[in-house]
Amino acid sequence: MNIRKCGLVLIAATMAFALASCGKSPETSQPASTAATPSGQPVDAATAGTITGTIKLDGTPPAAHKINMTAEAYCVTQHPTPVSDEEVVTGPGGVLQNAVVYISDDMSKWAFTVPTDPAKIDQKGCLYHPHIVTMIAGQNLEVTNSDNTTHNIHPIPSVNREWNESQPPGSAPLMKVFARPEDAIPVKCNVHPWMKSYIFAMKNPYFAVSGADGKYTIGNVPPGTYTVTVWQEKFGTKTQSVTVGPKETKTVDVSISAATGD
Amino acid sequence: MPREIIMGPNSYNRALHRYAILMSVLTGGLLTAGALVTSNDAGLSIPDWPLAYGSMVPPFVGGIRYEFSHRVFAGIVTTLTVILAAWLWRSEPRRWVRNFGWLALATVVIQAVIGGLTVIFRQPVAVSVAHATVAQVFFCCMIGLALFTSRWWQQDLAPVDDTGSPQVRTLSILCAAATFFQLILGAAFRHKGFGIAPHLVGAAVVTALVFWIAGALRNRFPSSPVFVRCRVLLHGLIGTQLLLGGAAWWSRLAYRDFPQPMPVMVMFTVAHVVVGAMTLAGTVVVALVSHHLLHESRRAVVAPSRAQEAM
Repeated sequence: MNIRKCGLVLIAATMAFALASCGKSPETSQPASTAATPSGQPVDAATAGTITGTIKLDGTPPAAHKINMTAEAYCVTQHPTPVSDEEVVTGPGGVLQNAVVYISDDMSKWAFTVPTDPAKIDQKGCLYHPHIVTMIAGQNLEVTNSDNTTHNIHPIPSVNREWNESQPPGSAPLMKVFARPEDAIPVKCNVHPWMKSYIFAMKNPYFAVSGADGKYTIGNVPPGTYTVTVWQEKFGTKTQSVTVGPKETKTVDVSISAATGD
Repeated sequence: MPREIIMGPNSYNRALHRYAILMSVLTGGLLTAGALVTSNDAGLSIPDWPLAYGSMVPPFVGGIRYEFSHRVFAGIVTTLTVILAAWLWRSEPRRWVRNFGWLALATVVIQAVIGGLTVIFRQPVAVSVAHATVAQVFFCCMIGLALFTSRWWQQDLAPVDDTGSPQVRTLSILCAAATFFQLILGAAFRHKGFGIAPHLVGAAVVTALVFWIAGALRNRFPSSPVFVRCRVLLHGLIGTQLLLGGAAWWSRLAYRDFPQPMPVMVMFTVAHVVVGAMTLAGTVVVALVSHHLLHESRRAVVAPSRAQEAM
C-alpha cells in the first residue's frame, strides 16, 4: 500500500471513528409548537394540599470565591464590586438559596398541563439569571442576552440533545426545549468560563426553588405519601418522606450538613 | 567503544533543515495554543467550524481569544507544512524522506478535520482525545523531519554494536510506544474520559522504561557523545514532566472550587501537556537514533567504510 492510500485509509478511519463516537440519541431541542397535556386523572383542587418548608445549611458555609472577570473588560464594567460565585448562597441563620425541591415519585397518574409560557434564562452582567432554571420537560426555554457582548450558551445534558449556540449582543431570543425529563443539566458559557447554571426539565409540576430566605412552596399536591428530593449544586441530593392529607399544608424543613453534605 | 566515521553528507540542505527545525518549534507553539484552549475551558467558545460566528473573524473576547488564536495558528502551521512537503518533494533525494513529508502533511490535515469535528460534535471524549493524540503524532513527524534533514543523520556513520539484552532498539520502541499510550491516557483524563489512576500507572511505566533505557545506554555506550545526549535528554524530560504532573494535579485540587480556571492551574497544566509532547518526541528521537546507529542491516552497508578505515 503506498503512502497515498495509507493517507486515504487514515482519513476514512478517522471520520468513521469520529462519527461513530458522536452517535447520541437525537432528542430534539427545537421549540415545542404546542404544549403537551399528558393524560391522567385531574387533581381535585378541593382536596389538594401544599408542601412548604425551609432549606438550611448546618455548619459553616464554604467560602464563596470572587469571580475574576478580567478576561473581558465589558464584564468587569458591569460589576462595580466583584461578585461571588453562586455555588452555595446562604442567608441569615444558614438558609440556603437555589436548592431545588421536588416530588421525585412517579406522578404520571395525575394530569397536568405543560405551560405555554416559556421558562426563561437571561445572560446579564456576564452571569446567568436565574442561576437555577426549573421547567417541565417539553416546555419552551427562552434564552436572552441582555449583555453588550457575545455569549455562547451550552447546556450539557445526558439524555436530551446537547446544543451550543452563540448569542451576539442584540440578537433575538433563542427558543429551545428539553423534551425528556432530566435533572441538573449543567449550562456553561465557553466564552466566559465562570458563567454556570443548571436547568431542570421536570417530569411533573411539583417542584420549587428555594428563595433568598431558603423557603419554598409546592402547591396543588394530591393527597398521598411522597418522596421529597432536595438538590443542591455542591451538596447533591437529599430525600425526605412526607404524607399530605386533603387540603393539608405540610412543612418539610431540610437541613444539609456543610461538612458532609448529608 | 563506539566509533563514528564521517563520510560527508551528500544531500544535506541547510535551509531545508532549518525550516524543519522552525516547523518543530511552531508545532510546539501550536500544541501550547491547543493546551491553552482546553485548560481555559474555551474549546467550544466558537460554536461553528470552519467559520467562526459565521464569519472569518469573530469578536475577540473571553475564551474566543484562545480558540480563534489556536485556529489561526493551526492554519499557519498547515500552510507551512504544505510548503515543507513541497520543498522536500522538489529537493530531497531520499524518497522515504519525501514520503515522510507527505505523511506529515496528511497528519496535519487529518488533525484539522478532527479539530473541526470536536467543535461540530461538541467535544465527544473520543474525538477530543484523538485530536490531542494526533497533535503529538504531528509534532513527532516534525521532530523526525528535523532529524532526518540534519547533517548528522546524513553522515555515513559506523555501526555501534549493542551486545546487551534486550536490545536498545527494542527498548527504545517500547519506551516511545509506552509514552505515546501515556499521552493518550493523559488526554483522556483531561477530557474526562478516565480518572487519574490510569495516567498515574502510565507515568510509573514510562518512568521505569526511561530509567531502564537510560541505564542501558550508560552501561553499554558510556562514552558515546550521541547516547550521552540521549540519556541527558530523557532524564531531563522525564524529571521535568513528573514535577509538572505533580504541580498540575496539585493546582487542579487546590483550585477545583473556583468559578473559572485559575492562571496557576492553567500554567502548570499547559506546561505538563507541552513537556509531555517533548517527552514523547525525546523517546522517538532516541528510538530513531538507536535504529540509525544500531540497525542490523546498516552494518552491511557501512562495512566497506570499516574496510576503508582499516586500509
